[in-house]
Amino acid sequence: MGVVGQNAVRLDGREKVTGRALYVDDIVMPGMWHGVAVRTTIPSGKVLSVVFDPRFNWKKVVVADRHDIPGRNVVTMIEEDMPLLVHDEIRHIGEAIVLIAAPTKKMAEDARRHVEIRYEEWQPVLTIEDSKAKKRVIHGSDNVISRYKIDKGDVSAGFKDSDAIVEGVYRTGAQEQAYIEPQGIIASPGKGGGVDLVGSMQCPFYILKALERLLGMSETKLSVKQATVGGAFGGKEDYPSVLAGYASVLALKAKRPVKMIYDRNEDMNVTTKRHPSVVRHRTGVKKNGMLVAMDIGIELDAGAYTTLTPVVLSRGFLHSAGPYRCPNVRIAGAAFATNAPPNGAFRGFGAPQTLFAVEAHMDKIAEEIGMSPLELRRINCLKVGDEMATGQILKESVGALECLEKAAAASGFERKWRASLPLCKGESEGIEVRSTLPDPPLQREGTVRGIGISLFMHGGGFTGSGEAKMKGKAGIRLERDGKLTVLTGCTEMGQGAHTVLPQIVAECLGVPLSCVRVETPDTSKVPDSGPTVASRVTMVIGKVLCVCAEEMKRRLSEAAGRDHGDFRSLAGSFLKKRGPLTIIEAYEPTPGIHWDDTTYHGDAYAAYSWGCDVAEVEVDKDTFEIKVERMYMAHDVGRAVNPQMVEGQIEGGTLQALGWALMEDNRYDGGKLLNNRFQTYIIPTTMDTPFLELITVEHPFSHGPLGAKGVGELPHDGAAPAVVNAIANATGIRISEIPATPERLFEECKKKHFRSS
Amino acid sequence: MGKSIALIVNGKRKKVKAHAASRVLDVLRETLKLTGTKEGCGEGECGACSVILNGEVVNSCLILFGQLNDGDDITTIEGIGGKKKLHPLQEYFLECGASQCGICTPGMIMAAYALLKKNPRPTHDEIRQAVAGNLCRCTGYAKIIEAIERCATSNVKI
Ligand code: FES
Ligand code: FES
Repeated sequence: MGVVGQNAVRLDGREKVTGRALYVDDIVMPGMWHGVAVRTTIPSGKVLSVVFDPRFNWKKVVVADRHDIPGRNVVTMIEEDMPLLVHDEIRHIGEAIVLIAAPTKKMAEDARRHVEIRYEEWQPVLTIEDSKAKKRVIHGSDNVISRYKIDKGDVSAGFKDSDAIVEGVYRTGAQEQAYIEPQGIIASPGKGGGVDLVGSMQCPFYILKALERLLGMSETKLSVKQATVGGAFGGKEDYPSVLAGYASVLALKAKRPVKMIYDRNEDMNVTTKRHPSVVRHRTGVKKNGMLVAMDIGIELDAGAYTTLTPVVLSRGFLHSAGPYRCPNVRIAGAAFATNAPPNGAFRGFGAPQTLFAVEAHMDKIAEEIGMSPLELRRINCLKVGDEMATGQILKESVGALECLEKAAAASGFERKWRASLPLCKGESEGIEVRSTLPDPPLQREGTVRGIGISLFMHGGGFTGSGEAKMKGKAGIRLERDGKLTVLTGCTEMGQGAHTVLPQIVAECLGVPLSCVRVETPDTSKVPDSGPTVASRVTMVIGKVLCVCAEEMKRRLSEAAGRDHGDFRSLAGSFLKKRGPLTIIEAYEPTPGIHWDDTTYHGDAYAAYSWGCDVAEVEVDKDTFEIKVERMYMAHDVGRAVNPQMVEGQIEGGTLQALGWALMEDNRYDGGKLLNNRFQTYIIPTTMDTPFLELITVEHPFSHGPLGAKGVGELPHDGAAPAVVNAIANATGIRISEIPATPERLFEECKKKHFRSS
Repeated sequence: MGKSIALIVNGKRKKVKAHAASRVLDVLRETLKLTGTKEGCGEGECGACSVILNGEVVNSCLILFGQLNDGDDITTIEGIGGKKKLHPLQEYFLECGASQCGICTPGMIMAAYALLKKNPRPTHDEIRQAVAGNLCRCTGYAKIIEAIERCATSNVKI
């Protein structure tokens, strides 16, 4: 039918370009009130008392505290260590203590100003170092939220066998998802004492599960429906369960719908961020560039509660050795609790942090052994048949080398890289260049240029046995009018799932795309497909839909007593005889996949998407300003179901990663976020956008739907290391901590000068 | 404290009554039920609330209702094209894949609309500058700029 591989226009596009799409804040319900939370203002301590100012007329509003929670005071995620409302101990600034609903938002906010909290303050634990040193124990017995270890071969023997040993420490900061639509949810009292929710979310079934516990209700009394979502990027994976909890408790007490919409400041203050990281590398390498031993230590700042940290750390681990072959690998590390708001999911989920480290480190290794960064990557790059750190043997669909070669060729990497090998003299004039060919003629005066490369991968779907345990379900319904409806709990948040999944179904059934629609993700109407995360929707749920399509064709043929004839005629006769037909199937893991959760050994992911980024930067010699001029991105996504949407993911993800690399940095003071607005937390605008050149590489995955793999997170993995490597090429200064701000570059330049003089 | 102002909203004359201290954004969304205009920050930083006031693109979250005058002309996303007939900019946004989550789209289209009204053949850089005040976190802007550029070179009347 040729639907897959086409740039189908997004099915929700008309609603969006006309402003008719309904986001949660656009929804008004009869009798609806507005909710707010009264929050802690200290990072660590105890609530002594909550004082309600008698000058406010409290009869006009509804106030709820933890005693109003019908079930258990926990927000269920991986663990149940996070209360919805502070019970006793305060673990971070911004925890909710009391909830208020009022007829207008203004009145609710006014009421909030009339509540005073009295505290006993404790010494907070604010850094990984303090947490690790157990300056105070704030979680379990040792502040460790989660810990893993991966061992392959014999690292000590590998180091003995090496010609050079290269060490490095790499740090990354917190990053705000900065979806343009802040978080919001409306809860209304439902049938039989239940609750109905609608809101901005990635994972309706996560909320359902959390509410069952919190409200002490069976899921039959609850329904969770997705409104149009204005961006999520992981930020609406786990946090909406918290907001849903607040709104539900208020709605039950107020006996009316309650809307809670965060403003930008509140959203930034209390919702999750990308985990800050420290990654240490010690690598043994042969003169010829072969990696012999990698010893990697990973530390993440988890924030105050467990939330999704164990899985973020796990994904970080599994990507930390990069797309390279190495016989001896040891990876150890942990995530530590601190008195900061919990960190959580953000596009890439731990992988961008550890890939930043290994990719910046590869350039350092190349420098120490006097090899070009391209050549070093070429020599060690994973191919089909190679073994990864977990012992996984790559059986197919490994486009890493092709990505590397194509990006290098398109950008003229080797020539440009050699042309601008620099030297930092750190004299008063700033950065001095040893040699620069008059390559791009547009170079501005007073600047130096450089080029950098990174090679990376991203595992599609859940880690290890995750997909096998989840058994994500999806379905197709043949409607009375002959049209088809896709049934899935997977959400559209801008990435295009609700266009790509219908494209897959249309292709499998041989019908035009116009015959397929998607049911609104509503827990009372669609099966649980598992969460919309982990670059899994196209690859995993797309595959389930292919299986559904096959089963539907089989059933129709069986009923017709013939296996020929086109889908329409078979469907037509089936509908006449028997009426609508719904097929629901569950995910069957790729055959031959084995994973051991206890030893962390085996096939970590069924398939990987691969990528190579090349960045060209220009650095101002006086102001140290860094401008990315051009990015080349070669990404292997198996098969692009909708090439335009794949490009959209790569362009958007790359710019988000450039923000993280160069300017985005959540700064805290005493556990308080300092930059909680777009005025101070700067994200890239059109003026910060480089020229983006995309190169498509397709190494189909045999178990993916029509060969497709995931693309959602891959683009966030490579831009940051490519940029710091380009800065090093331009200036001779290796930035090991991002964001690579002009200030940081200046400091490093001073240090280097100080060392050399 | 309610104030009544005779406005032209999306080409129609309207007597609008609202609190003088209300933001124009809220008057549009709540009083006039024009929810196509979005709020991303409420502080003039994201451009999601962009509308056109007397020919100039403005952040409606930064203007108070009381600052408007009789006869002021406001155009929102609902005023340039709709269900039946899309505006060319809307067509190109669709076709180029310039809208992903869509929350920035109405503001972005209004900023582009104001640009093309004044400067029907903008350069690439003029387009970049014209939408520099509109944040988009999904697209990396490439397809947005492409959509505006293609619309501008298509010779359609804006
Ligand atoms: S909401 Fe007006 S500029 Fe962001
Ligand atoms: S399309 Fe999502 S913010 Fe622009």
